[in-house]
Amino acid sequence: MKFEAQHAVQWIQKANDKIQEHKDELTELDRKIGDGDHGINMARGFQEAADEVSAGDLSGVPDVLKQTATTVMSKVGGASGPLYGTAFLKMSMAVKDEAVDYKQFVGMIEAALGGIKQRGKSEEGEKTMIDVWSPVYEAMKDADDFDAALIKDTASSSMEATKEMTATKGRASYLKERSKDHLDPGAVSSYYLFEALSETLKEEG
Amino acid sequence: MKKLINDPQHVISEMLDGIVAGEPNVVRRVPDTTVIVRKNAPVENKVGLVSGGGSGHEPAHAGYVGEGMLDAAVSGEVFTSPSPDQVLEGIKAVDAGAGVLLIIKNYSGDVMNFEMAAELAEAEGIRVEQVVVKDDVAIDDPDSRRGVAGTVFVHKIAGALAESGAPLDEVKEAAERVIANVRTMGVALKPCIMPASGEPGFELADDEMEVGIGIHGEQGIETKKVASADEVAAELTERVLKDLNPDESDDIAVMVNGMGATPEMELHIVNRKIQEILGERVNVYRTYVGEYMTSLEMAGFSLTLLKVDKELKDLLDASAQAPAFKQ
Repeated sequence: MKFEAQHAVQWIQKANDKIQEHKDELTELDRKIGDGDHGINMARGFQEAADEVSAGDLSGVPDVLKQTATTVMSKVGGASGPLYGTAFLKMSMAVKDEAVDYKQFVGMIEAALGGIKQRGKSEEGEKTMIDVWSPVYEAMKDADDFDAALIKDTASSSMEATKEMTATKGRASYLKERSKDHLDPGAVSSYYLFEALSETLKEEG
Repeated sequence: MKKLINDPQHVISEMLDGIVAGEPNVVRRVPDTTVIVRKNAPVENKVGLVSGGGSGHEPAHAGYVGEGMLDAAVSGEVFTSPSPDQVLEGIKAVDAGAGVLLIIKNYSGDVMNFEMAAELAEAEGIRVEQVVVKDDVAIDDPDSRRGVAGTVFVHKIAGALAESGAPLDEVKEAAERVIANVRTMGVALKPCIMPASGEPGFELADDEMEVGIGIHGEQGIETKKVASADEVAAELTERVLKDLNPDESDDIAVMVNGMGATPEMELHIVNRKIQEILGERVNVYRTYVGEYMTSLEMAGFSLTLLKVDKELKDLLDASAQAPAFKQ
């Protein structure tokens, strides 16, 4: 299949549905090892992003993702705003075609991961959203075509793996060892993004 | 949750309008933004000073906009950094051609959003420099330290120098000198309640205190049994002194900062002990006791010590006419 603008719109809409549904869960996770506003900020920003991409007549994947990036960057705030904003911006810049094939899509995820690392000055293993984005990228790179189950399963297991990590970046890092035994809120919201992507692909079959 | 708010969605906007309503001759709000600037911004031939961050730290930062201190303060949601587009509006509103200095507290969100705003401003041809305040000694690694109440000293000193007409690189250098010589540590007796969720930022039993707190309702580094005012004051003073490591002949400016729900009475009680310890170890040059960098209704306080030389003393003593800092 080709990933088209309508798929990108569905992706953002589904991601928003999941974030609204799990808003309190994300906030509660953040309360444990951060400052307790992740769900609130993500819900505010993704609602706006979903409204924008649904209303507009955006003609290609890059347009949809760029619109998402701009809205997320200005409406989410905190650390998540620039990180997710950068991720979507880098994805939109990685391709020029209105519809993208699998190889191009993997290139988009690679660009997003690079953008998050650069903006957050962070790497794998620091108990952040990178610990979901990086394994998902690696798994997709080794596959030949869109695989809904692979994306969801990889995102899920790598999100779970953040529980055992000790944070060395972000607000959770101030807790040092006390950050252990908690899921990273950014890893969990990233999981919902990939779960939404997986469901978008599955519907396409 | 019992709070004097109307709608959690509108707390920031309503607060900003209230600040302007209280000091209409000193500050104004840039329309359709969360930016508070001096009434007469941009000030001709003057380096613009922009700070900001999440809300909930009042009077920081909007209370420090005024002659002798900041030119603009950019407010985010409660404890959430403002977005790059808002910071950019602040930069544009105060740029008079002499360049703009961003004073950023070292929290990942603040650093990222202000950095992106600086990139955007530079793309528009505005000269922007940044300094990042890292004064919280509760964190061991000096580069990872949070920016907390010591930021107010940066506003004051860089603000005084900018007011005198100094160029951008000199103002930045003075701000960095303050950052290199300022240390803070805080303690909480009660967490704060987030307006949007109605939940406390962390759990604390009646007989416990949280040592090494930041200013965003996040946990500190250690939960302990609550102790007497003298014991808590001594512990913070010793930890800050140890890290600052001043000579006996050094002059020190002191800030005893209430976190939002600490009676002034208690701040004076801890200050008594702090001054007793400092009196034996350094020269106390000037002391500020009050609420400068709060965390909503968190109970507790932070202690900030700043080593001051002749130039920093003069700048610290210079006049300031911001709503929350007049001297």
